[in-house]
Amino acid sequence: MTTLATADAAVPEAEARRSGGRRSYGRYVLGKVAGSAASLAFVVVLNFFLFRVLPGDPARTLGRGRLNTPEAIAEFNKTYGLDQPLPQQFVTYLGNLLHGDMGLAISTRAPVSQLILDRMWPTLLLVGTSTVLATLLGVWLGMNQAWKRGSFFDKSTTWTSLVLYSMPEWWLGMVLIALLASGVGPFLGWFPTGGLHTDAANPTVLDTVWHLTLPVITLTLAYLADYSLIMRSSLLDELGEDYLTTARAKGLRDLQVRNRHAARNALLPTTTLIALNLGFVVAGAITVETVFSIPGLGLLAVEGLRGPDLWLLQGTFLVASAGVILANLVANLLYGLLDPRVRV
Amino acid sequence: MTTPATTSPAPLLSMRGVSLTYRAHDRDVPAVRTVDLDVARGEIVGLAGESGCGKSTLASTILRLQPTSAQVSGEVLVDGADVLTMRWGDLRTLRWGEASIVFQGALHSLNPVHRIGRQIGEAITTHEPEVSDDDVRRRVGDLLEQVGLPRQRAQAYPHQLSGGQKQRIMIAMALACNPSLIVADEPTTALDVMVQAQVLDLLSGLVHDLGVGMLIISHDLSVLADLCDRIVVMYAGRVVESGPADRVFEQPLHPYSGALSAAFPKVGDPAARFAPAGLPGDPPDPAALPPGCAFAPRCPRAVDACSLEVPVLADHGDGRSVACWRVGEP
Amino acid sequence: MSAASTTPRAAVSARQLAWRRRRETLRRGWAEFRQHRAGLVGLGILVVFVVVALAAPLLASSTDISVTRAPGGVLEHPSSTYWLGTDDSGRPVLSLLIWGARISLLVGLTATVISMVIGTLVGLMSGYFEGWGGALLFRVTEWFLVIPFLPLAIVLATVLGRSLFNIILVIGITSWPATALLIRSQTLSIKERPYLERARVLGAGRSHQIGRHILPNVMPMVFANTTLTVAIAILTETTLSFLGLGDPTRVSWGTMLDQAYSVGAITTGSWWFFMPPGICVILVVLSFTLIGQALEDVVNPRLKARR
Repeated sequence: MTTLATADAAVPEAEARRSGGRRSYGRYVLGKVAGSAASLAFVVVLNFFLFRVLPGDPARTLGRGRLNTPEAIAEFNKTYGLDQPLPQQFVTYLGNLLHGDMGLAISTRAPVSQLILDRMWPTLLLVGTSTVLATLLGVWLGMNQAWKRGSFFDKSTTWTSLVLYSMPEWWLGMVLIALLASGVGPFLGWFPTGGLHTDAANPTVLDTVWHLTLPVITLTLAYLADYSLIMRSSLLDELGEDYLTTARAKGLRDLQVRNRHAARNALLPTTTLIALNLGFVVAGAITVETVFSIPGLGLLAVEGLRGPDLWLLQGTFLVASAGVILANLVANLLYGLLDPRVRV
Repeated sequence: MTTPATTSPAPLLSMRGVSLTYRAHDRDVPAVRTVDLDVARGEIVGLAGESGCGKSTLASTILRLQPTSAQVSGEVLVDGADVLTMRWGDLRTLRWGEASIVFQGALHSLNPVHRIGRQIGEAITTHEPEVSDDDVRRRVGDLLEQVGLPRQRAQAYPHQLSGGQKQRIMIAMALACNPSLIVADEPTTALDVMVQAQVLDLLSGLVHDLGVGMLIISHDLSVLADLCDRIVVMYAGRVVESGPADRVFEQPLHPYSGALSAAFPKVGDPAARFAPAGLPGDPPDPAALPPGCAFAPRCPRAVDACSLEVPVLADHGDGRSVACWRVGEP
Repeated sequence: MSAASTTPRAAVSARQLAWRRRRETLRRGWAEFRQHRAGLVGLGILVVFVVVALAAPLLASSTDISVTRAPGGVLEHPSSTYWLGTDDSGRPVLSLLIWGARISLLVGLTATVISMVIGTLVGLMSGYFEGWGGALLFRVTEWFLVIPFLPLAIVLATVLGRSLFNIILVIGITSWPATALLIRSQTLSIKERPYLERARVLGAGRSHQIGRHILPNVMPMVFANTTLTVAIAILTETTLSFLGLGDPTRVSWGTMLDQAYSVGAITTGSWWFFMPPGICVILVVLSFTLIGQALEDVVNPRLKARR
């Protein structure tokens, strides 16, 4: 066996880049965390100004119909510090936020931060389960659709996904209620029409699961349609690439080429697109909790609507945005693990 | 026929009457039209022609990599076994184990998210699953050294490498399972001249050291002239000339080979600087080939008879063959 | 080619040539579009809905949808008088659907116009201007992209009040970032093309470069993206109306569903009240999606391999 003496260090190879190693992932993580922190700061500032700089006097806008007398308006303004100059309000706002104080709900006088903490776990349970299921099923479905493109399986499931995608997810929830809980049938009474517990004093795991079944099915179907369409088109894009010919030429089985090479690369744009659609996940949580009366953060936001409750709306908006920023960060970090090219 | 008159055993690669037609929506596109080609052990054969003449398509049939919608006929024998009809299991053994292809590495022939060592090692573990991980790693390192790269390169990702390095990786990968036949598809395109020379040296060294047979495909006749024992020239899906490399390059018989060869000025010949280089016109659309000789519309020596009948590849002695009605005439 | 002709050729102005070329491109685009069966189906469905929306006064009298002068009984089953039954105020559901089509389509289309205008401007400028101006615009786009659209829409709608105009504004404001991102990447790739450099050398100013070179090349992609944005806008309007943020004086498919939910039409099985509006939304959104996908294929033939 001959070794040729051509040392490649001697020849200047201009395009070689030294990146992609473990040290660069650390740098990548730092960059992404810094970016998320900047986004969070922006949201905190935006949150403040949304309610105060927009047209109209806040008291009049938010107290529509309730605050009629000048005294009532003055009291409203005093309670919420709206009589202070704007910069002062901002400083107070930031200070309170750092202490975890998001104000008091107008109707119940309960601290908003406490309300948010109490209501967080039903939402996490609902959204968490649905997104995990939808991601696993959606990626699997999209992969098979792309690989069996043009088949009956592909055409029928893709059309179904398109229809599900064009549907308001909460309407699907209504239809499921009417079919399986109460309304039209044919399987009335199989599931409850809403709520989280039959008896709030004695919550059991099985009872909670029974109550969450329809909402989880609703959200999973809605997200699944989106994710499978994304994975399908990402994989179809990959199928034309040259490195797959190399893999086939090396003697690999079709399944190995598909999973080890094509799907692995298709996961990259899929991750990016799923992260881009996180707002859709939040919207689903809000609307489905409303339809099924699940006492989570989404329903809390809608309750803030009813008042309208300034502090509650502000708090839920902040938490929802922070949640999406965090989820985005996680998705970005995951992407950095999957794609060595971004760890520059 | 184009086989050299030796007493050696059956050629390593023997293509007989290979034709390939792509099926588009409404019409058939003949990409390869009845091609015969041989490569013997230890021989380097060059396949020359413009892009679109069917040379890469022809090469893809050696490992049965042509698109499933393409219709192929003829025989492609590698060590006596017909690739086009063999069973799937035998084909997977053949792929890389007996014959491998060096793809153009500069573009996207490597998986961007796997390390180089893993991709080369994959070839080994697919064909020899009993080899231990340590042995795979050692062999990958040896292969990298064989192509002049440091062993640590196995840890790199494709995007960290330059074009020349990637091309060497492709060569190292092609050697992984000790094939008897190596097909190099445009190994020097998209590389700068210095790196081209290194890659060509590497390839010729391998043939002489390992005794493999090699088929080099290029549109650049000067690359082939130096390196190859024999050259086969293709035009519009057909072989138009073949013979010993230096004869084809210096005394081409077919007008097309002449034009290809003339495209590269000869050093030391002042008149060559003023000679017209290049061919007028474009290669024909394979879906709409002219009748008779496909080269006739661009040929400086064409007569009416050329457009009537497709010229037959005829033996001219000295191991040369030409497909031209006007060869030998003044 | 250059045989001298005796008849003088009519002078064709540059503008006429440009128009001829545009018409030819449109004709080719339409021929290409016609080959997409799904796109044609979408177009057909959309035409039906647009005609229904425009002809609403002819198809259903406006007294039908007024709460005070409703002709029917409460939540009547579908019958020969009222093909889709009545709602909880006695209004015929079919008439509500017909008039609701107007609002849903109107809001969807106008909100999209706002979103596309903002998105295209921001995208063009952040793509074209290098340096901190473009970078800042890009950062702002990214920040807005991260904010979940429904909580933002809820906040805006609450603060601005419930009216048709506000709903349109809110949807426009929450959907521009996606468009801006797309236009930006298009602008960036067009900026690299050689003919733009040549135009610059010939002295083309910024507005000329953007207006005459970049914009016409970006427009096809904008056009295809617009239809997909309308689909999302209609879904958003339906959702916002369902949450009670729509204009209370107008009927839209979303307000119908809000009403249906509030009066318990779902659990009492009054399917004629909540099924038809949902089905209409599905059909319209699906039609825009199919048209948008077909347009994308026409604009970027490379995408055809994907479907």
